[in-house]
Amino acid sequence: MIKIETGAELAPKTFKINRQLLIEYANASGDQNPIHQDETFAKSVGLPDVIAHGMLTMALAGKYLSDISGSQNVLEFSAKFIKPVVVPAGADVSLIISGKVTDVVEGIAKIELLAMCDEVKVLGMAKGAIKI
Amino acid sequence: MLNPDLVGRTFTSADSVTVTKAAIQKFAEVIGETNIEVAPPTFAISITLEQSQSLLQDSGLDWTRVVHGDQKFEIKRPIVAGDVFHCSSTIESARNVAGNEIVTVRSDLNSASELVVSTWSTLVVRA
Repeated sequence: MIKIETGAELAPKTFKINRQLLIEYANASGDQNPIHQDETFAKSVGLPDVIAHGMLTMALAGKYLSDISGSQNVLEFSAKFIKPVVVPAGADVSLIISGKVTDVVEGIAKIELLAMCDEVKVLGMAKGAIKI
Repeated sequence: MLNPDLVGRTFTSADSVTVTKAAIQKFAEVIGETNIEVAPPTFAISITLEQSQSLLQDSGLDWTRVVHGDQKFEIKRPIVAGDVFHCSSTIESARNVAGNEIVTVRSDLNSASELVVSTWSTLVVRA
């Protein structure tokens, strides 16, 4: 296991997002906005297709943090939703999360996360603080 | 249009929300988390989204035109099954940029007098 020290690069992980996962996230989170499930509706409001919940992308990035420290040790987590994750019917979209340790002070590590989909950055300023 | 007089006001839910093991498990399964002793880091949104929409339904904020701009969590301790929360939501700021209204809503989950998780959602209300 990699040592959590300033400058350490954390290995990327790939998360699969598909229409079924969007339905499951909608049911688990209570966010039933049709832009995340209904292609006709999504296109009617100017979107290219159904898009993933920004909060699903963030939840998966949160899982990346939990995999480092355990969920109980995630203290802070923030991100901007800069690009939508488009999820076409029948497709598995790959979300690739990687991280870098930017600071370690008194047992708390700051992690900068990179979330990429089709070589496009989908989260901006994604940062977590974890107890190590 | 958001009523500008509401900026800075805090609305607290009268009803409490009890976190169940099933709710944690359902959320955890979606992201492939097997530890359900505590809730995943972003689980709080499953409570604060609905609560803040309900608490701020008379604010003039048009939820049908809202796009989520950014999100932040401060977790004082992990949420566990059996937690009973009251949610307090505050419109911390509202500003207009190029015709879009940008509103920051803070929601706190309190268990009795203990603040457990604070969430900040920046919402862009499209013109």
